[in-house]
Amino acid sequence: MTNALEIYQLLPKTNCKECGKASCMAFAAALLSREVTVDDCPPLKEDKFKENYEKLSGMIKPAGEASESGMIVHEDKCIGCGNCVVACPVNVAEDPHGAGSGKAPTSENVILRVEDGVVRLSNVNQCRRFGKNKIMCNGCIVTCPTKAIEFV
Amino acid sequence: MEQEYYVCTGCALLCDDIEIEVADGKISRVNNACLKGVARLKECEKPAECRVDGNNVSMDEAIKEAAGILKNADNPLIFGMGNSTSGAQKKAIGIAKKLNAYIDDTSSFCQGPVIEAILGNRIKTCTLEEVKDYGDVTVYWGADPSNSHPRHLSKYTYFPRGKERQRGWEEDRTAICIDVRKSDTAIICADKFYQIPPQADEELIDALIAALSGKVPKVSFGMGPKKILELANLLKKAKFGTICVGLGLIYSLPDVEPLVRLMEKLNEVSNFHLIPMVGQFNMRGFDHNLHEETGYINRAKFGENGVEHGPQCSVVELLRTKSVDAALVIGSDPMSSLPGSIAKELSGIPVITIDPCVTMTSAKAKVSIASATTGSDSGGTAIRMDGVEVDIKPMINTNNLSDEEILSRIMEAL
Repeated sequence: MTNALEIYQLLPKTNCKECGKASCMAFAAALLSREVTVDDCPPLKEDKFKENYEKLSGMIKPAGEASESGMIVHEDKCIGCGNCVVACPVNVAEDPHGAGSGKAPTSENVILRVEDGVVRLSNVNQCRRFGKNKIMCNGCIVTCPTKAIEFV
Repeated sequence: MEQEYYVCTGCALLCDDIEIEVADGKISRVNNACLKGVARLKECEKPAECRVDGNNVSMDEAIKEAAGILKNADNPLIFGMGNSTSGAQKKAIGIAKKLNAYIDDTSSFCQGPVIEAILGNRIKTCTLEEVKDYGDVTVYWGADPSNSHPRHLSKYTYFPRGKERQRGWEEDRTAICIDVRKSDTAIICADKFYQIPPQADEELIDALIAALSGKVPKVSFGMGPKKILELANLLKKAKFGTICVGLGLIYSLPDVEPLVRLMEKLNEVSNFHLIPMVGQFNMRGFDHNLHEETGYINRAKFGENGVEHGPQCSVVELLRTKSVDAALVIGSDPMSSLPGSIAKELSGIPVITIDPCVTMTSAKAKVSIASATTGSDSGGTAIRMDGVEVDIKPMINTNNLSDEEILSRIMEAL
């Protein structure tokens, strides 16, 4: 998963405050949590930063593509290995003999499944990162070999 | 209604829990398969057509031409079959016998030595189901299943709950990666990744054997004795260990002996098994079938006086020494997979291909025969990477002939 430092390295690092943030690091953190967009940094749109602008645009998916639990799947990175499906604690609890044992999910209540080679989220409200009592469960993130899953 | 499951032929993991949706007679959706499997099972981008000298012909004409080439050849070669069912492989072996032909497959420059050692009972092996139920330590050595067999960790070795492994991957299982680079699988293995320089595998094997024998291990590259002892202890403590051997390890060893030595030592102090990370879905099947027929797994030539076997009969040597005058390539793409200097020899002889999709080899072949895709269009049996036989049933009906049917018709025409 992308971190704020990785984003910071691609910013102009001038602390010009044109974005309204106190520093480029603050902008990086805001970008990571999708409070702002890549376009909110005016210097980044200058020609000399074109390459970094494109890298950041590819790295930061718009928040609009996130589910209600904040999950974003980078479909171009997902290889459908199903590690997240089998490691997800909710899937294990809901479907121990199907998804939890590495096989095809046999319950409608699982929240992650692989469709056409890409992981999909369903029953979003079951995700441990959803709602008031959410916990920072990271089972699906740390088991993804290609960093295709992130939460905002 | 009970869910119907199919087998994926995307790789030799042969995942048997695939769900599909069909629209207008074509597979419109494939669920539970990885991206590699989906690419195999959905219609290929460039479906093959029956062609002779670049011109479209009927199936009958293509088969007649293919039989003519094989009949007129003095030393024909039959190669490939890793993507064919066992039925088709047996037919191909039958043709080789009839023609006194050379026969070889991709295991010749791939997992052959390991499969030979397993079939000769020199290396202890197990099934993937056993790994799922009992495996606590899995070593990926020179293998990156996250790219080659994407569901290997999730379906069998690291993530699933099994009979004696119910506490999850965080507590119950250890995945170790030994490789020359930090692969995607190495990332999953985190601090259990042991990076070594290219060609250093045998040195590490010897150091591990020393460590397992209670000696201080030493290697010439930057891995201290402490790190090697830590790895040796992990292996020693395993209740049910498995080494999954990839091509990175095979290509680095002069022969399979160092691996046999390591397995013998591991089984003195622990309980270890070995599974080859076979690529094509039924490559292991070909080795089993040829072994049954001849006692050899590959690199064979049928003749009046029995079967000749040896490196001189390997596809690489045969092409390098220009010893064959025609080639029948089944479900394989040697033009892409062999080194350029060897592959170019194929353009000097008439080549016949049987493949569902256009490949670099079929595009240049004298005769290209379009077959059904095993798994989606046709069925049969195959042998999984761990030696388990799997039944494959077709997902849809097509008019395409399976490679087994095509080979039967070639046999009739011979």
